[in-house]
Amino acid sequence: MLVLVILAVPILAGVVSSLMPWRRVIGWLGLGAISTVLALGIALAVRVLHRPPLIAFHSILRADALSAFMVIVIGVIGVLATWQSVRYLDAEIQAGRCSRRHASFYSMLVMAFLSAMLLAVLAANIGVMWVAVEATTITTAFLVGHRRTAKSLEASWKYIIICSVGIAMAFLGTVLVYLAAIHAGPKGHASLNWTALMAQSHHLNPGVLRLAFALVVLGYGTKVGLAPMHSWLPDAHSQAPAPVSALMSGVLLTVAFYALLRFKAIADGALGPAYPRALLVGAGLLSLLIAASLLLTQHDYKRMLAYHSIEHMGLIALGAAAGSPLAIAAVLLHILGHGLAKAVLFLASGEMVLQEGTSEIAGVHALLARRPVLGGIFGFGLVALLGLPPFSLFVSELNMIRAEFQVGLGWVAVVALVLMAVIFGAVMSHGRHLLFGSDAEYQPVHRTPSIVSVPLIGGLVGCAVLGVASWPLAGLLHAAAKVVAP
Amino acid sequence: MTDTLELAASVVLLCAVAVLWRRSLRTIVHALATQGLALGVVALALGVSAHDGGLIAVGCLVIGAKGVVIPLLLGRVVAADPSNREAAPLVNVPASLVAAAALTFVAYVATKPVVALVPTTAGRLIPAGFATLLIGFFAMTVRQKAISQIVGLLLVDNGIALVAFLGTAGVPLLVELGASLDVLLVVVVLQVLTTRIRAQFGAIDLDQLRKLHD
Repeated sequence: MLVLVILAVPILAGVVSSLMPWRRVIGWLGLGAISTVLALGIALAVRVLHRPPLIAFHSILRADALSAFMVIVIGVIGVLATWQSVRYLDAEIQAGRCSRRHASFYSMLVMAFLSAMLLAVLAANIGVMWVAVEATTITTAFLVGHRRTAKSLEASWKYIIICSVGIAMAFLGTVLVYLAAIHAGPKGHASLNWTALMAQSHHLNPGVLRLAFALVVLGYGTKVGLAPMHSWLPDAHSQAPAPVSALMSGVLLTVAFYALLRFKAIADGALGPAYPRALLVGAGLLSLLIAASLLLTQHDYKRMLAYHSIEHMGLIALGAAAGSPLAIAAVLLHILGHGLAKAVLFLASGEMVLQEGTSEIAGVHALLARRPVLGGIFGFGLVALLGLPPFSLFVSELNMIRAEFQVGLGWVAVVALVLMAVIFGAVMSHGRHLLFGSDAEYQPVHRTPSIVSVPLIGGLVGCAVLGVASWPLAGLLHAAAKVVAP
Repeated sequence: MTDTLELAASVVLLCAVAVLWRRSLRTIVHALATQGLALGVVALALGVSAHDGGLIAVGCLVIGAKGVVIPLLLGRVVAADPSNREAAPLVNVPASLVAAAALTFVAYVATKPVVALVPTTAGRLIPAGFATLLIGFFAMTVRQKAISQIVGLLLVDNGIALVAFLGTAGVPLLVELGASLDVLLVVVVLQVLTTRIRAQFGAIDLDQLRKLHD
């Protein structure tokens, strides 16, 4: 019942918002819906923490600690993004770039997008999970192109073509896993239910599973933004409206990664840890390398944030490659911490584009002096994203590296640290140009509206609190890690 | 029944080759429609021989969606723009056909473990599905028109569907329905985008989508 309500709330809000031309109250309705989802997600986490998973809707839906954690992540980032959507749509309508009809279409799509992500993490069936992840591509395609400029059309075209091909590979992988389950011999049990697949993973044909897991890494890896299938990501994330970028970068990437984690648990059982580990290490290191090389020469701050997402997805892939319960718990904390910091930064960058009129790094200077609050949010967001204390990304990166050393992936951790140092230097130098500077000429100080500052500062404080004391989450993180790393 | 299955699976692969072979976009859409029908026949044949009502229903659904509705949508895009009747491949036709042969060979090698696991006639035909998928990939990379990319994507999708039918007698009905709906929606979204891109850029040549880069 709880699981069904979580899915129904954003769907209902989406239907209501599609019925009438956009007004502010529609925006607040969306925020209310996703806040409800967050509250229900916390209730769900409390419910499944010490008790068996919830099964619902003819065992198509299933919620364990890992699902509950992902619902909370979607809820938290969803609150930030829907809050800022009100600001975005207000500004677009006032500037005459967007009609009220078009704005309510946006609200409807955001709610559909959130519902699809929730379905993906609550599905018990890897086929239904696939359908939900593909549905996220469809719902976000028009959101990426919402401004209808030439660039955003180009970005949404590339996005949907590349992600559809990628996700098709994931479907083929899913079909092959099913095929292996059908032919798993007398102990086999034809099912797409992932708990059943995990239980019989030792009987699945290794040759078929090897092919299947490679396809799944390639396929869901495309949606995660792992190299070499990352090329859509900087375009889509930089062209989408800021709240959509926040959702796509902050949660959608990691929802796709959640799917990979589920498959990795099955592949570990069938093939042993070495093969999945090799694939994830390869994809992770390549992603870090590409992010580092392209961040050095970046001249657009929204694209800079997008490449930074590729880096973090690479780090998460390396953490998952280590695969121990400690590593997975750190990966999950990183998913939440990165989601918060990245959402805050994309939302702040949306406000910067609105106020400064450009997303070029060269076009924005001395932000701290001219817009202290906005500049401060952006600055602290960068500090969080670069993995400095007190933010939670510091803790999770440290633990992922520790776990990598523990399982004999020390060389991987060392290479990753070198690349992270390069990225650190590159982002610092871009950040310095954006934030600091002492222009001699007179610069009036602009206030930042509270609709921007309140949620974003809240997000940063949350990220810092998680870094100092992970106690509210520690139990849930370990229970969730146990689900895929027994 | 074996004959029907073999014939239909070969038609699926041949239609993929035809897409590489022909230059006229109208003919290419026809080839895609034929492929959709053949794919539906594969599902029907398997469903009839296994007395599986669900699979027969899926076969009818595939014939309707991939044999009729999607080709009609694509046909409208082609008809709407008289200046874009040709596929404009980057690689010429003979070279494309050689590539198709090579990709078919790769498909046979890559699917060895899968074929070994499924000891039926249907299992023997699985490489045809993989070959269709690889040809679809190839078509997407060497064709410049927006519509050719949609066609390539659909070839990839049909190849996967063929593997699913032959190897597993179809994934469960719910998943099949969801997957078909997703494909249909992707085509609709791409059709809308093509219209918008044409309004922005004039023609739907992907060469013009070069604004975003590093």
